[in-house]
Amino acid sequence: MDALTRRKFLIASGVVGAGALAAGATAYTLADILGTAGDGDRPADAGTLVVVTLYGGNDGLNTVVPYADQAYQDARPDIAYDAGEVLRLDDSTGLNPALKGFHRLFTERRLAVVRGVGYPKPDRSHFRSMDIWQTADPVRPGTTGWLGRWLDTAGGDPRLAVSFEPALPPLLAGATSAGAAVPTNARRGAKGVTGLGRPAAGEPALQARAARCFADLDSIEAMITEVRDAQPADPDADEGDDPATGTGGRAELGAQLDLVAQCVEAGVATRAFSVSLGGFDTHADEKQLQEILLAQLDKAVTGFVDRMAGRPVTVAVYSEFGRRVRANASDGTDHGTASNVFVLGSGVRGGLHGEQPSLTDLDDGDLKYTVDFRDVYAGLLTDVLATDPQRVLGGWTGKLALTGS
Amino acid sequence: MADRARIAHLLRRATFGPTAEEVDAAERAGYDATVRRLVRPAGADSAAPPPPVFAAVAELGKDAGRADRQKANQQRRQQVAATIEWWLDRMVAAEHQLAEKMVFFWHGHWATSAQKVKAAPLMLGQLQTFRDHGRGDFAAFTARMVRDPALVVWLDGQKNTVKAPNENLARELMELFTLGIGNYTEGDVKAGARALTGWTVDRRAGTVRFVARRHDRGAKIILGRTAAFDADGFAELVATQPATTAFVAQRLWFRFASGEPIADEVKGRLVAAGRDIDDLLTALFTDAGFEGTRGQLVKQPVEWAVGAMRQLGVRPARLSEQQRKQLVSGLNGLDQVPLRPPSVGGWPAGAAWLTTSSLQARLRLAELLADYAAPPVLDKLRAAPAAGRTDALARLLVVDGWTDRTRAVLAGAAGKPERLLQLGLVSPEYTIH
Repeated sequence: MDALTRRKFLIASGVVGAGALAAGATAYTLADILGTAGDGDRPADAGTLVVVTLYGGNDGLNTVVPYADQAYQDARPDIAYDAGEVLRLDDSTGLNPALKGFHRLFTERRLAVVRGVGYPKPDRSHFRSMDIWQTADPVRPGTTGWLGRWLDTAGGDPRLAVSFEPALPPLLAGATSAGAAVPTNARRGAKGVTGLGRPAAGEPALQARAARCFADLDSIEAMITEVRDAQPADPDADEGDDPATGTGGRAELGAQLDLVAQCVEAGVATRAFSVSLGGFDTHADEKQLQEILLAQLDKAVTGFVDRMAGRPVTVAVYSEFGRRVRANASDGTDHGTASNVFVLGSGVRGGLHGEQPSLTDLDDGDLKYTVDFRDVYAGLLTDVLATDPQRVLGGWTGKLALTGS
Repeated sequence: MADRARIAHLLRRATFGPTAEEVDAAERAGYDATVRRLVRPAGADSAAPPPPVFAAVAELGKDAGRADRQKANQQRRQQVAATIEWWLDRMVAAEHQLAEKMVFFWHGHWATSAQKVKAAPLMLGQLQTFRDHGRGDFAAFTARMVRDPALVVWLDGQKNTVKAPNENLARELMELFTLGIGNYTEGDVKAGARALTGWTVDRRAGTVRFVARRHDRGAKIILGRTAAFDADGFAELVATQPATTAFVAQRLWFRFASGEPIADEVKGRLVAAGRDIDDLLTALFTDAGFEGTRGQLVKQPVEWAVGAMRQLGVRPARLSEQQRKQLVSGLNGLDQVPLRPPSVGGWPAGAAWLTTSSLQARLRLAELLADYAAPPVLDKLRAAPAAGRTDALARLLVVDGWTDRTRAVLAGAAGKPERLLQLGLVSPEYTIH
């Protein structure tokens, strides 16, 4: 594969500023973009953030296991892990046995485990809670995601924030711009249709947005055709035992992260990637199912982190909530609250962060959060994206330093 | 708005995509008569193909071999695939278009996926429940749905017992199907789960059974009312709340009228129409605010593809097996395959469909559909003088008009009817409605 230089990338594309178009301005020409060289070019040490969303509500207590706490064993005797099963992090905490690669990264100080992450007045709806996590607004989750708002501040070029999912996650939607949803099975198909990307005076907003896709496609295709070898998604690929209610997310995390790795290696302009894995809504027969999913996560993320070793690439893994402390009698768990966030990469301050919530001092059967999720976002925005987090997080001032020494 | 444009707007929303001839006929009949015919069509729909009937998949014991299991799984997958193809064909062929579109609406509302349910007969049973009960009183419909075998399997209802309540179905019933978020408490979810205990599913027979000893007979407090609620009592309670009528009215407006926030006065008028779904639909399509919603919805991929097939004279049932597979694969690329909603929250809407990724998939599928187009449709385009072909295309696809931008691109392909069709189908004007 040819290394794709930023210059080559610019010359190959008919670049249109999405934010400008959304605001009703006319399209920029390639010459306009080249004329901005210097303020748009990516510094060699600029960080890349990869956000992994686990859809469905991953059971945090069986992921980062407080195995030495008798209250944990008592609350879920049939699905609990004991001291001999977990991969120990310290004398009270261990990882799910499926997270072997994560365990190695922890010993290599490349994995930060943030415990007890949540937000005030937890919502137990998948959709509401996922909206809260993606918009970073626990009170009134709106239509813009925290990375979308970052994109607004970063100039709005859709190629800066990329999702490898067919539908754009709210995470990447900004107020005046939006990230690009890039297929993992793309092929050049836009020949002769570029003209449909020109804005037309007075057309409805959604029609203008449909038109803008043609312009964006042109620039995205030039970027992606050179860095792609992922296989097309097979609609039946995940047709195995699937006892969890679908609550969104994709199946092929490894393929998505391969594509991210190729993009990073090629030096594309993208600073933030969004990928996902679904299926964590384990109301029944949880143990085996969660281990299968965590093994997929472990393999895909560990492989990615190893491949990116030495580069300023940071991975953050979260889910919309953890699950109830007490198991239900279907050998599963119902919707809960606070859970863990994983942050991985070469520049990460490895180790355990945040305080493990009490398993006995509960809020209606659920954990009380100890770290506000916006503190984690603020750390990532500052350290990885070099942005003032208050501009993106509505003035939020808390911050957890997870990278650097 | 000119009468024809008004009628075309109605038909684009109330059907999967009207043909030019259907707009002609509706224009002659008038707006109100057309609404009446759409909402309450006369007689049975003789054009709609009946559901497929499947051989029972063999029941395997615990000691069944790997080969037998694989064979049974393959048989189940084939039955689900055949059901998807049948439904797509029915969407195209049905004369009672609004009735069929409502089945699709309810499929997105009570969003249940064959990925977990696996059994085609259960999915077919649920579609039949939408068809039979999704058009009258919403409370009676809800009572049917809480014991719908596919929904019960999908939301773990068969695992919900007095000893071990499972909240999945109770929560989604209140959050997504009836009251809407903010209109119940966590305590209501827990009590509601107890009310729904005791139902088991016979997957093979496709039926549910109530097992009294698994049911929690105790008193429950739900929405401030105390009673020994069971499934019927719980369904009746939530479905008759004013919040539910408002929620259902808003969901209908969201899918049939506009993705913009609903105006309070519009919501008030719809709620005043009551809980009868036919009355709600009539109120929606005749509301003063409906006319102004043109251009405020993005066609869902299934609506887009089925509408295109109706206009291009393509019947999925008459395609080759290979072509039908390509059709479903194309929809998969667009992230919307019937019977496989991504989550219990149903399908996305609006700008979420307008991505560079979906555009690529749309380009590919449009090329295929243009390729399948019936010869008379292509002949009609060819019959128009080259300069008039873009207008002939607008009539064929029931687009009110092209922007100069699109007209310029279409004019460049006027000599190639198949290409003209593909461009029309992917144009921004056709992508929304």
